Amino acid sequence: MSDAVQEAVTRAHHEEWARVVAALTRRFGDLDIAEEAAAEAFATAVERWPADGVPPNPGAWLTTTANRKAIDRIRRENKRDDKHREAQMVYGDDPPEPVGAIDDDRLRLIFTCCHPALAMQTRVALTLRMVGGLTVPEIAHAFLVSETAMEQRITRAKAKIKAARIPYRVPSAEDLPARVCGVLAVLFLVFNEGYLATVADTDPIRHDLTAEAIRLTRLIRALLPDDGEVTGLLALMLLIEARRPARISAGGELVALDEQDRGAWDATLIAEGHRLVRERLAAAAAGVAPGRYQILAAINALHTSARDIRDTDWSQILALYDQLVRLDPSPIIALNRAIAVAELDGPQVALAAVDRLGDKLAGYHAYHATRADLLRRLGRSQQSRAAYDRAIELAGNTGEAAYLTRRRDQLQ
Amino acid sequence: MRYLVSVIDDKSNPGSTDRRPAISAFNERLIAEGYWVFAGGLADTDMATVIDNRGEQAVFSDGPFVESKEYLAGVWVWEVPDLDVALKLAAEASKVCDRKIEVRPFQ
Repeated sequence: MSDAVQEAVTRAHHEEWARVVAALTRRFGDLDIAEEAAAEAFATAVERWPADGVPPNPGAWLTTTANRKAIDRIRRENKRDDKHREAQMVYGDDPPEPVGAIDDDRLRLIFTCCHPALAMQTRVALTLRMVGGLTVPEIAHAFLVSETAMEQRITRAKAKIKAARIPYRVPSAEDLPARVCGVLAVLFLVFNEGYLATVADTDPIRHDLTAEAIRLTRLIRALLPDDGEVTGLLALMLLIEARRPARISAGGELVALDEQDRGAWDATLIAEGHRLVRERLAAAAAGVAPGRYQILAAINALHTSARDIRDTDWSQILALYDQLVRLDPSPIIALNRAIAVAELDGPQVALAAVDRLGDKLAGYHAYHATRADLLRRLGRSQQSRAAYDRAIELAGNTGEAAYLTRRRDQLQ
Repeated sequence: MRYLVSVIDDKSNPGSTDRRPAISAFNERLIAEGYWVFAGGLADTDMATVIDNRGEQAVFSDGPFVESKEYLAGVWVWEVPDLDVALKLAAEASKVCDRKIEVRPFQ
């Protein structure tokens, strides 16, 4: 296959997969049929486009081909079962919904895949398969489970959607904020797994996952442009992703923010992230209260605005953490807030705040790593060493464990 | 679409016992909105008898088929358009009954 055709197939897969699956799900009321027919249509494209040329409208070609494949399958099954088992047009009799900015089949697909009646892990897998177009082996590899187990998880989810009649629609306005929040949680989980893989024996940073999470968040933003939290999450992901080139040393060790080569940060991603944050700041100035992703994005914008760690505006960062704590009083937010406190009021004050979190965070590596760093800055080497030991023990990420080990071994 | 809606109680941490008026009012609403098919509270699990007649003769045993801390305290059958409607009602039902609720579709 020529590079041009290969590129056309890849682009069509990125741009059209979710659209094809979503349209077919709507027409046939069955995720299984939609998924299989979409996969067959793309396989046919790979076969035919090199010889026939790339069609002028690849999306329309793929949808038509997938429709034909779906109808073939339904006919085959009808014949085989010797009874008229039409694909259930389960949702065909629903009254037509008002056409608005968010009337897109892909949104229906996303809300179905991220339905609260499915387990979180299932939502992640289903979203990556149905909306992201990742193959089952790819998803299995990303989460280090066997392909059979992943296949079963997805099959079971499709069966539950059908049997329990999880609806294929955009939630009502009243339910929308909570359901969007659920979708964003799925995307952030995918991103975080890529950003800092929690399992040993994988690369410390999984670019495939962060890229996929950003791509899907862009899609949601295109579909829900007025939702501030969607914009906030996209900005947050871009500003974290921008630092990726500086986050891993040549030796595979994680590099902390204060030691990163800021010249290696991706200026284009930072510019885009900052533009989105400014957009949300304007909305906040107009009286729209920001949610947690918008606040986190603003914190990251302050980090990425500083050319040198010493130029960081810690008092602004602390003010944002104070705002965040009011929204989300979780101990992890309080831990991150303490890091800003250390910069402003010194490690002694911060350590007191961190020690108060011991009950809740004793099993969390970052709690021990933060303590270790504060104890080191206070010259309490012996206690710092013990905290590093515990952090290394709990860190699942190889790059992070390597970083913590080096810091421990540098103790006087 | 029909769902079996089970009210789950916990022997070690039972829900409050003053829920009857609230449940009656909720039932009235289910009927008025056309979702109500059937409802019933169940007697204590100790009152159950299990029958097994798969062998040569029927065997009767006193008590429930499985002893557990959590048990079925009552059931509804609802006829609703889809799971979202069922889950919304079930969330209210959990408050009204002060107990956990399981929603399970009929085949």
